[in-house]
Amino acid sequence: MNNKNTLFYESNKSWNLLFLAWILVTSGTLISLFFSEIVQLPVCVLCWYQRIALYPLAIMLPLALFPFDIKVIRYASPLVIVGWLFALFHVLVVAKVIPEAAQPCVKGIPCSETHFNLFGFLNIPVMSLLTFSILGLLFFLAKKSDVKRSH
Amino acid sequence: MNNKTLFIGVTAFIGIIFIAAVGMYQSQQPSTIASEILPALERINAPAKGGKNAKVTIVEFFDPACGTCSQFYPLVNNLVKKYQGKVKVVMRYAPLHQGSEDVVKMLEAAHIQGQFWPAAELLFANQQQWVEHHVSQPSKALAGIKTLPLDHDQLDRDWQSDQVAKIIAQDVQDGQTLKVRATPQFFVNGKPLVVFGYEELVNLVEEAVAEAY
Repeated sequence: MNNKNTLFYESNKSWNLLFLAWILVTSGTLISLFFSEIVQLPVCVLCWYQRIALYPLAIMLPLALFPFDIKVIRYASPLVIVGWLFALFHVLVVAKVIPEAAQPCVKGIPCSETHFNLFGFLNIPVMSLLTFSILGLLFFLAKKSDVKRSH
Repeated sequence: MNNKTLFIGVTAFIGIIFIAAVGMYQSQQPSTIASEILPALERINAPAKGGKNAKVTIVEFFDPACGTCSQFYPLVNNLVKKYQGKVKVVMRYAPLHQGSEDVVKMLEAAHIQGQFWPAAELLFANQQQWVEHHVSQPSKALAGIKTLPLDHDQLDRDWQSDQVAKIIAQDVQDGQTLKVRATPQFFVNGKPLVVFGYEELVNLVEEAVAEAY
């Protein structure tokens, strides 16, 4: 493979990774909207904080795909980190590792309640934590292959 | 395939999946509720108004602190009047607001003395005096109810009694069974009001009357 080809391959690899991240974000956004707006499950406070971190990415990432701009990782990472921390906190609340009194849930919607479980463990907070973890991983890989390209 | 085509293709695909999922979910929503939870709609001696032998029953889950319930109150009254004797409305408590648990107990205590409707009307009409920032103030509500011709001592005893607490607990539990997450929630002869709105409620009642009579 000549040098030019390698360059193109590496650049498209980080593009693909960011594209994959966008698919994940958009699916997550639509799934959460489906549950709250269509199925009308109540949305607790912790869910809202995670949504605040997730939804902007659905708009931000496509802007960085056309034209490709790897700098988006710098701007998007804080959101992913914040979302990940809230998701982790939420999972711990649901798992009752964090006591009832320590959670900031008001207005009659307890965050410790889950509405469904797939395969016995996959509830909405766990899915959120998984999503933010995979996003972090994808960003990391995209950044790595972009650094390789620029050297 | 270039990146742009890929992006547009995937966007369209996700969009179609979402619309299909919404369509599928909505077409699977039952227009009547499952027969095994039907008993949750009724409770003996729940406050009711309208024709005693009416074949159409509107069940309303309500919170006295809920603004929309207050707006719907005259509208539901109109329906009962319009179909004189054919329609009755049964009120069930759904104390979703903070503090409303005690207020609905007071309403039930007023009901014991036959004063449910005047008390409910009074609370609805004066919400701004006893509901502050969506939090019910039970002491203020009680003061309001006491302006009605009621035996005050009995009212005080009743609203704090186990008997009333049990009635409220049953309504709350039935509300959960019927997935009442917002007030007012209407059921007309076992059919839930799926799309919320006054017109929709009128249509649902009209259909039920046409069916029953």
